[in-house]
Amino acid sequence: MSHSYFEANARERLAQLLDAGSFRELLPPGARMTSPHLPPLDAPVAFDDGVVVGAGTLDGRPVLVGAQEGGFNGGAVGEVHGAKLTGLLERALDERPAAVLLLVESGGVRLHEANAGLIGVSEVMRAVLAARSAGIPVLVLIGGQYGCFGGMGIVSRCCDAIVISEEGRLGLSGPEVIETTCGVEEFDSRDRALVWRTVGGKHRYLLGEADRLVPDDIAAFRAAARELLDTRPDLSLAALEAEHARLGRRIDRFGDCRDARDIWTRLGIAAPERLPLLDTAEFLAATADRRA
Amino acid sequence: MDARTLLDQLFPAGHDVVFDGPYFAGSGRCGAGSVAVIGSVDAAPIGIELAHRMAGAVLDVVREHPGRPILLAVDTSGQRLSHRDELLGINGYMAHLAKCIALARNRGHRVLGLVYSKAVSGGFLASSLLADVCYALPDAEVMVMNLPAMSRVTKIALERLQALSQTSPVFAPGVANYLAMGAVEALWDGDLAQRLDAALAAPVDGDRRRAVGEARGGRLLARRVAERVRTDAVG
Repeated sequence: MSHSYFEANARERLAQLLDAGSFRELLPPGARMTSPHLPPLDAPVAFDDGVVVGAGTLDGRPVLVGAQEGGFNGGAVGEVHGAKLTGLLERALDERPAAVLLLVESGGVRLHEANAGLIGVSEVMRAVLAARSAGIPVLVLIGGQYGCFGGMGIVSRCCDAIVISEEGRLGLSGPEVIETTCGVEEFDSRDRALVWRTVGGKHRYLLGEADRLVPDDIAAFRAAARELLDTRPDLSLAALEAEHARLGRRIDRFGDCRDARDIWTRLGIAAPERLPLLDTAEFLAATADRRA
Repeated sequence: MDARTLLDQLFPAGHDVVFDGPYFAGSGRCGAGSVAVIGSVDAAPIGIELAHRMAGAVLDVVREHPGRPILLAVDTSGQRLSHRDELLGINGYMAHLAKCIALARNRGHRVLGLVYSKAVSGGFLASSLLADVCYALPDAEVMVMNLPAMSRVTKIALERLQALSQTSPVFAPGVANYLAMGAVEALWDGDLAQRLDAALAAPVDGDRRRAVGEARGGRLLARRVAERVRTDAVG
């Protein structure tokens, strides 16, 4: 029986992603580590500050995991929330698990504590890069209702690999932010088809911004994460030069495209307009060997 | 302060920094030798081209000048907000810049950030905030979002945000807030060349910003929370 990743909350995802009963939470809700910055603005707090961190096993192998809860402020990062993720990644330096898994669901920095959130995200980025530099892979899963935006969109691409579902969205500035700032003619955030083909999982996968596209099923995320456990982090000069060349080619090749369909056409995909309609298996078959 | 004045004050012995649109790069001579400088001007929005170009400049320094310190002097109004940048994966370009900075650090380059004019949100996050240590000029503007915009998004009255910002550093614009929270190590005034020499000579030991923020009373929980998650026994 399949369980929707999109519909599940952070704890449900962890329970089904990891080996049954293996999850142990660090700084659990009982510790009452809430944000001190929300009450002065009459905003509600959560006992986990919107992120669940801990240890478990995947296929019998030890992993550290962090899962953001979109149901609390859209998974936005504040001081405590960010520090939990940073502490988790630093714990990896001591424990040397097989990998750190980040179940990202976040609109970015929490505005009620914007400065603390922004600094906190930069600490998470440095901790991700330090863990990877120490040889510990950091894997990202994206498939929740709030997507992965703002600083967490940058964090995710600092990691080793991203697993995304079609329902997952990944970017920097969300469509609503761009529409509010630049006008509806720049980005119509209510045009769902436009939003999905711009920041949705299928386009991210075709562009090479995500490594695996999976159906909206926690078991599919689990299978992909398991396969990626043996990823070897590579932050060498050669690896970053290769990435640099790849990102440069993307600008040369697609820099004048104004819609994802233009990019898909240029990738040589037959009948690109039908891509949004295909299920994941059909999509993968239709686009095999056509990724950027 | 504009970038040319800044560079003249940082490098009285001379520099070969070349400007090209919003971007500049080159090197300056200081007491300890050469320093690579990479930055932007005119509160440039950082889009995919500029992020890619700055990342390339970091890679050039790593490849051609092993160990040379790098000064990031980025003047930015934030990430470029556009449908086209999102379509092409701007977060991937920002992350690439961050990874290149990490590579330089890993290979023994000292990486300093200096906010000389403006540093906002994602543009700040992918550059100076990834440096080993970040400094700022006293009149620099640092923020995520101005208070009127924050009021609109959070639906909290502007007057209330303004009142609370008098006592709390956590959300309002202001370099003093970032200083209190440990993200800005110090404000540079007086002899900037001397400040740079001193910063290059100072020891660096990991990411100390949480501890600094705690000591300054601007960010009291981050260090403690991270420490607990790192060291608590699992249940």
